[in-house]
Amino acid sequence: MNFYALIAQLIELVAALLLAPLLVGWVNQCRAWLQNRTAPPLLQTYFTLHKLFRKEVLLAHNASPLFRAAPYAIFACMALASAIVPTLSTNLILAPAADAIAFVGLFALARVFIALAGMDVGTSFGSLGSRREMLIGFLAEPALLMVFFTASLISHSTSLSSIVQTLTRTDLIIYPSLAFAGTAFTMVSLAENARVPVDNPTTHLELTMIHEAMILEYSGRHLALIEWAASLKLFAYSCLGIALFVPFGISATALPTDLLLAASCMLIKLAIGGFVLALIETLSAKMRIFRAPEFLGTAFLLAVLAMLVHLLLETGR
Amino acid sequence: MTPAIILSDALGGQLINLCAAIMLLLGFAMLAQRRILSLINLFMLQGAVLFTSTVIVAYTTHQSHLYWSAGLTLSLKVIALPYILHRLIRKLSVKWDVETILNIPTTMLVGIALVVVAFNVAQPISQLSGTIMRATIGIALACVLLSFLMMITRSKAVPQVIAFLAMENGLFFAATSATYGMPMVVELGIALDVMVGMVIFGVFFFQIRQQFDSLDIRHMERIKEE
Amino acid sequence: MSRLALIDWVLITALIWLALGIAGVFLAHRFTVISRVLFPLGAINSLVLGILALVGLLSETQELILPIGLPGLPFHLRLDALSSFFLFLLGATSAGISIYAAGYFRKSQSAVLGLQCLLYHAFLTSMSFVLLANDGYAFMVAWETMALSSFFLVTAEHRHPEIRRAGYLYLLIAHIGSVAILLSFGLMAGSTGDYTFDAMRQFADGAFWRTTAFLLALVGFGAKAGILPLHVWLPEAHPAAPSPVSAMMSGVMLKTAIYGLLRVGFDLLHAHTWWWGLLLLLVGLATALFGVVFSAVQTDMKRLLAYSSIENIGLITLGMGLTLIFRAFGMTGFASLALTATLYHCLNHAFFKSLLFLSTGSVLHATGERNLGKLGGLIHQMPWVAWLALIGVLASAGLPPLNGFVSEWLLLQSFLFTPEVPHGYLNMLLPVFAAAIALIAALAGFTMVKFFGVVFLGQPREEKLAQAHDASRLSRLGLLWLAAGCVLLGLMPNVIVSLLDPVMQLLIGFGRQLDARPENWLFLAPFYEERASYSPIIFFCGIVAMTLVSWLAVRRYFHSRAKRVPPWDCGFPLQTGRMQDTSEGYSQPIRRIFSPFFKRTRQHPSPFDAQPRYLSIVEDPFWYWLYLPVAWIVEQGTRVVDFLQRGRIAIYLLYSFATLITLLVLTRG
Repeated sequence: MNFYALIAQLIELVAALLLAPLLVGWVNQCRAWLQNRTAPPLLQTYFTLHKLFRKEVLLAHNASPLFRAAPYAIFACMALASAIVPTLSTNLILAPAADAIAFVGLFALARVFIALAGMDVGTSFGSLGSRREMLIGFLAEPALLMVFFTASLISHSTSLSSIVQTLTRTDLIIYPSLAFAGTAFTMVSLAENARVPVDNPTTHLELTMIHEAMILEYSGRHLALIEWAASLKLFAYSCLGIALFVPFGISATALPTDLLLAASCMLIKLAIGGFVLALIETLSAKMRIFRAPEFLGTAFLLAVLAMLVHLLLETGR
Repeated sequence: MTPAIILSDALGGQLINLCAAIMLLLGFAMLAQRRILSLINLFMLQGAVLFTSTVIVAYTTHQSHLYWSAGLTLSLKVIALPYILHRLIRKLSVKWDVETILNIPTTMLVGIALVVVAFNVAQPISQLSGTIMRATIGIALACVLLSFLMMITRSKAVPQVIAFLAMENGLFFAATSATYGMPMVVELGIALDVMVGMVIFGVFFFQIRQQFDSLDIRHMERIKEE
Repeated sequence: MSRLALIDWVLITALIWLALGIAGVFLAHRFTVISRVLFPLGAINSLVLGILALVGLLSETQELILPIGLPGLPFHLRLDALSSFFLFLLGATSAGISIYAAGYFRKSQSAVLGLQCLLYHAFLTSMSFVLLANDGYAFMVAWETMALSSFFLVTAEHRHPEIRRAGYLYLLIAHIGSVAILLSFGLMAGSTGDYTFDAMRQFADGAFWRTTAFLLALVGFGAKAGILPLHVWLPEAHPAAPSPVSAMMSGVMLKTAIYGLLRVGFDLLHAHTWWWGLLLLLVGLATALFGVVFSAVQTDMKRLLAYSSIENIGLITLGMGLTLIFRAFGMTGFASLALTATLYHCLNHAFFKSLLFLSTGSVLHATGERNLGKLGGLIHQMPWVAWLALIGVLASAGLPPLNGFVSEWLLLQSFLFTPEVPHGYLNMLLPVFAAAIALIAALAGFTMVKFFGVVFLGQPREEKLAQAHDASRLSRLGLLWLAAGCVLLGLMPNVIVSLLDPVMQLLIGFGRQLDARPENWLFLAPFYEERASYSPIIFFCGIVAMTLVSWLAVRRYFHSRAKRVPPWDCGFPLQTGRMQDTSEGYSQPIRRIFSPFFKRTRQHPSPFDAQPRYLSIVEDPFWYWLYLPVAWIVEQGTRVVDFLQRGRIAIYLLYSFATLITLLVLTRG
């Protein structure tokens, strides 16, 4: 059994690493269709990554070792995060090592590294971006944690695998609290992945940037790693949303046949998820930076409400 | 009430719970909304959820008069009132942004406190009620209180009216979930009340706009006895 | 050797500190001896105490009566699991701080070094006596010695008026606290007149008196710990003191107050009233939120850390409150989980906050600047301090796999059990507290990124920073010790948690709330593994392995040299160090979002100013809401009684005489 768990873990990790840029490409393509533009090729993200990896690295004179180490650390955090999310199977070898709270901690760790790296060269845009990123972070992080808390109050466990198992097993029960949690989660993921109402991944105006402003000084392989990490983050969040809110298809075992079925379910759900993301991005306009705290504050309070609604409606008192 | 009334399948109860949660979610969404048009749309959605839940209750408990009230909800709250409101704001050329007295996160925080209070206050009533979705009484009460809060924190007349109408939604929801609907006469009476209230408000809007050139009810503070 | 019991050894180590301090006075003019011999010896003594305390955790409770003090009032000492735990905290933390201090003092300060040495070691001795005391009398003597020695340490540079002011404020609030503690002890001893803790444990008067005693203890110990609204001395005194002293005060002394509250609340009063817990929760939440929001907007690095200490004390108080609530409803298992989180956080905070205070000490030493607006880029000049401080920063921000995360994790886990509390409002309110804790932890992350980024990263904001030097070897050793503690506490929580078992047995009467089966040593899991589990080691190895693999792979396939160029900054041609975000700029969103918290004075330049000036002062509103009105009332009150003061000896004698007569008449009646 443990052998299967190991295999499932490895498959998940490799799948995440390989598919994450594809998801970004798909979202970009959907966005282009929805906005009546000619879409870039689906594999564009891979081409970009390849190009960046082969380019020369330009480092600022006063860049410290932290600046050079940060991309690797961020990439590692995101890879680990996407390995922990039960995308295909809940029987994973790493599952007991990190529960939902540790998972949030992992994202926070990556965020702190990227924010510190943004401040390292000491340019005005870098620290502007890092400040904004931490602003988004300190509001999004508790909201995400509360979404997890709602799910773990339902399943009496904070382990992601147990949560997903509970939610898949009892497919007939409707959890109204998850409606709140889902709304909150969507808002948080938009903010965390630098998506439109909060940030714009394709912006060229420095003053409106959040994520892009932080990484302005990066180039070459470092930038490639950061971009890849960003796509892994989007992938991890999408998988997490799927695992929490539409979990059917994720297998409890790690047998090859089940994995195959789970993988095909996953691909379809990711494709739909990517389309929905593109749709949201197309339909909404970017907010002023000081609307963002309000947006995320609402997400946080919705997540708290989700917890309350669970206690009100679902505990059977 | 006979025991047969109790919802036969658990699914019905769960759907009602889901409706209750969505009602509350919409209540909060209205509280957090800055745009007047979205506010009206949210109100319409709330009416639609109310309609759905009434139909579910009617179907699972086989009470035909509930279909009537569901129909009433649909025609009045999902179609007629939003239409009137849309026309009103177009005619009055109201500003699109809703001005709030408290800032939105604070309002939401107060709202959360209200939810906790509402549920605990409703607990004794829920225990009296024998129906399966007694937890929804708390939610319905919370919806009423949230709408009340919205009336307090908005400074313009139109959002206040929408809040008033939403409050009625909450009451209606409480009625269907607690007692499977009030007698038909009462429901008709309420519906009529809402209609009349709406007309009065319409007249009132035009009046205060003519008077003050604005719908900001803070102007009303001036018309008091010196 | 065999005749001496463990408690005697602990006593001896405590007295060795005192001896070292006295030796310092005699060797006052020999700088090298004090800094290179006495302080390191003190550090070794700390280590010994730490080890003894570990043994104490595992052995039986021991008592001792010292025939000193007033006749008929000997010192009762006692070493049980709770005091052992806090003695361990004291020993382990002070070992790092003492060795750091050995390398910290400069030759120019040698004039006062002898006295400093005495005060510092007396401070350590008094803290260990506070933890050992088993009667109200010994406790108060030790407590006051602790307050006084730390007061003199704070006012070491008493030539600066603001330091004198800080010291005065500290002493004032410390004394208000002492009076409250004394009254609390008096109440508990009241019926029998016996001041030993054993007698106080029997205190069984009505609920009203028990509550009064508890509230007095909360005020008294809260004043020392920095619980709202008695926190105002903390951000004044911590920056004023020399850095090793700030580290000691923040890391250890605040914990003695927590110890006192635990001792009185749980051990002496056997708290079983749920609303005491709720009170602690509310006070703790207010303290933590206030602390973290204020810490985010500070511009002085030591004040920032001081406010962050307030936040952590708030979190600890929250944990205590939750423990009390669980205990009051008889849920001992959950109570011991919450208490584990509380105590673990005490230990973690001691380590990471001392580490951070000491690294600010090194920065201060090297640059002479405490103002965040004049620092920057120090990672190049002070790599040791910077990288070790990074560990402290990550731990303080509550990030895995370091220690701050472990206690936060345990605390959140225990809050997840609160829906099972059998009380209508509570079971819904308590999970909301978890949300607030999550917010506080995330804000702490913001603050810590600001702290580290502004001090150590970016470009230097002042010319003189280029001459900054790294910490001396002994200081590095001290920092290294504390950083290693942060890492180890983060990676091996199971060891410490199982060591805490006797404390749980003592205070809750229930241990083993964690799945600590031997085959499960890798995983931290409350109750059972399916509920939740976290394995810091696997987590850590995962990150390290991924980092290494990605680094090796990139190096193998895409290796090209990195070219050094000027920073790009979107092509802006002119950049200076002053154009970076200042600390005010960095915390601007916080000032804006949490504006109701602050009392602000602002002055913005207009575009036409010839000499533009920017001013933004954020002040503690408690000064204006609470302290100034109280001061005003006191002043008015004294004006009323002013007429009693006539300046003639005869009248003063008359007062004494009248008092004497009145007392005689009263006692007669």
